[in-house]
Amino acid sequence: MSVVTNTTTIGAIDLPSRRNTELALLGFAVAIPVFAYLNVGLALDGEVPAGMLGYGLGLGLLAGIAHLLVRRFAKYADPILLPLATLLNGLGLVLIWRLDQSPRVIAKSMAQFGSYSPDAPKQLMYSAIGVALFLLVLIFLKDHRVLQRYTYISMVAAVILLLLPLVPGLGSDVFGAQIWIKVGPFSIQPGEFAKIVIAVFFSGYLMVKRDALALASRRFMGLYLPRGRDLGPILTIWAVSLLILVFENDLGTSLLFFGMFVIMLYVATERTSWIIMGLLMAVGGAVVVGSTASHVKSRVAAWLDPFGCLETAPEGSNMIQACDQMTQVLMSFGSGGTLGAGLGQGNSDLVGFAANSDFIFATVGEELGLAGVMAFLLMYGLIVERGIRTALAARDPFGKLLATGLSGAFALQVFVVAGGVMGLIPLTGMTMPFLAYGGSSVIANWALIAILLRISDTARRPAPAPAPSPDAEMTQVVRP
Amino acid sequence: MSELTLTVMRLGFLAVLWLFVIVAVQVIRSDLFGTRVTQRGSRREAARPQQAARQQTAAPPQQRQQSGRQRRGAPTKLVVSEGTLTGTTVALQGQTITLGRAHDSTIVLDDDYASSRHARIYPDRDGQWIVEDLGSTNGTYLDRTRLTTPTPIPLGAPIRIGKTVIELRK
Repeated sequence: MSVVTNTTTIGAIDLPSRRNTELALLGFAVAIPVFAYLNVGLALDGEVPAGMLGYGLGLGLLAGIAHLLVRRFAKYADPILLPLATLLNGLGLVLIWRLDQSPRVIAKSMAQFGSYSPDAPKQLMYSAIGVALFLLVLIFLKDHRVLQRYTYISMVAAVILLLLPLVPGLGSDVFGAQIWIKVGPFSIQPGEFAKIVIAVFFSGYLMVKRDALALASRRFMGLYLPRGRDLGPILTIWAVSLLILVFENDLGTSLLFFGMFVIMLYVATERTSWIIMGLLMAVGGAVVVGSTASHVKSRVAAWLDPFGCLETAPEGSNMIQACDQMTQVLMSFGSGGTLGAGLGQGNSDLVGFAANSDFIFATVGEELGLAGVMAFLLMYGLIVERGIRTALAARDPFGKLLATGLSGAFALQVFVVAGGVMGLIPLTGMTMPFLAYGGSSVIANWALIAILLRISDTARRPAPAPAPSPDAEMTQVVRP
Repeated sequence: MSELTLTVMRLGFLAVLWLFVIVAVQVIRSDLFGTRVTQRGSRREAARPQQAARQQTAAPPQQRQQSGRQRRGAPTKLVVSEGTLTGTTVALQGQTITLGRAHDSTIVLDDDYASSRHARIYPDRDGQWIVEDLGSTNGTYLDRTRLTTPTPIPLGAPIRIGKTVIELRK
């Protein structure tokens, strides 16, 4: 009688490091933006743009240095996160440069401020700083578990970062939202960095408390309700995110924080009741704030009926600007069609204010069409997917939660911006990661990718061989 | 710039963008289709050592390492260097090799001093090759010492069974 052996083994004995795959993809990811740059130049002026070589070399140099250091310091890291981030950053630079060339934007800036400075060189500098921070994180953060020691320090740091824009003299109210601080010539958006810091706090906290949150609960109407003292933190975070919303008029960041906490709670405890409670609380908070704060109210009006509110809004008010932007953006997406108007041949610069930051996705929609928008969303999706994959592969609960939290925050940010620009949810002042103009956002997102790479490197690194035991030589099988 | 060139560039750019996405997805296709699962040796290979070891008390160890995944410096073949079978080689691919006069042995020894199931050579968990005497009458010698326990085989060390000498080579 033959016994069918059914033992299988998963072929994970000798993991390839995949660094050469990463190099090939990186080459690809540098070539595509250069092609886009050429395309914009040809469409706008009919000639090869002057800075093409310099731009391509600059991007290639950044990518090359990043790749070499990843090869050195995170050998087993995920192979496609770096190329995806490079490609998105490069294409963002091209789109910002393309909007810089627009005569309408230049004229508007001259009329408003009396001067005009292109944003693309600044963004290139921010990208370089971002890649530098990426490398610093990779070099100095040898093991992501070190972050676990700073659980409560990160909580304090995150709250301080969030409150900084409210400090008189330091914070600056820019266009209705008080989310920037001025340090010398730079304005920084601390919320972008707080996103990462608070993910560290959530992971450290939930790792310790998840059993209490998951098991010590009462069943009520089919839902597991946790005890009051375990519920405390979620209520605190909810209150904090609402306070941000009220005092800083920053719908996006508060949504991001609350959403991230709910995602991490769900992942840590595996209780669906958290998601239901979180959604109810988010809706409740949004309704309350949406019907009281004027800044949010105009956004909601522009969301519900952009074309109608353009006619009914009082002249010169905050609301008319919100409605005008929204209608322009919708027109951009509509005129893009399936295949788009072609790079440099759209009219998305009509959005005017913040065309290259909050509304940059409208340029993608108009000039690359639905096909381009889907490609961009897929690339963001791939980054998130690799983050979740990293969480699955990570061997320690802290790393799992941190990777989930960071990729969840990334996904939420993409959703909030893309959904807002396309009219699915009310528009919030957030930036598309890597694509939009904004120093803090680019720098913080490069750091986020670095932490994900570090976790994936630790997760995929083959386990070191056990130290030879001194007793092993002495042991002998004694046969009867 | 002519309209045609711009149209070609526009479509070309979209194509290149999608090509990148597809290549990136190809790189991580194991995410979509699951991790590759390898069977621990095919059924036919697994049956042979079992059959050979039918009368033994100890079950033959399952091979762990696949061929081609062997460590550096590991022996790749077994060579008979003395005796009637001189010059015979057997490729080492993780399977258990049985030696003896019995007909179903991997190496059938035509040697008056050998028992019908004399010895076996098998890889342990780490891929180290082990020789074990199966209670033979005249014994198995590794480099002049008679074996009492399963012993790791150094590369090139002579294993003597009756008049036959075998050794492992790279």
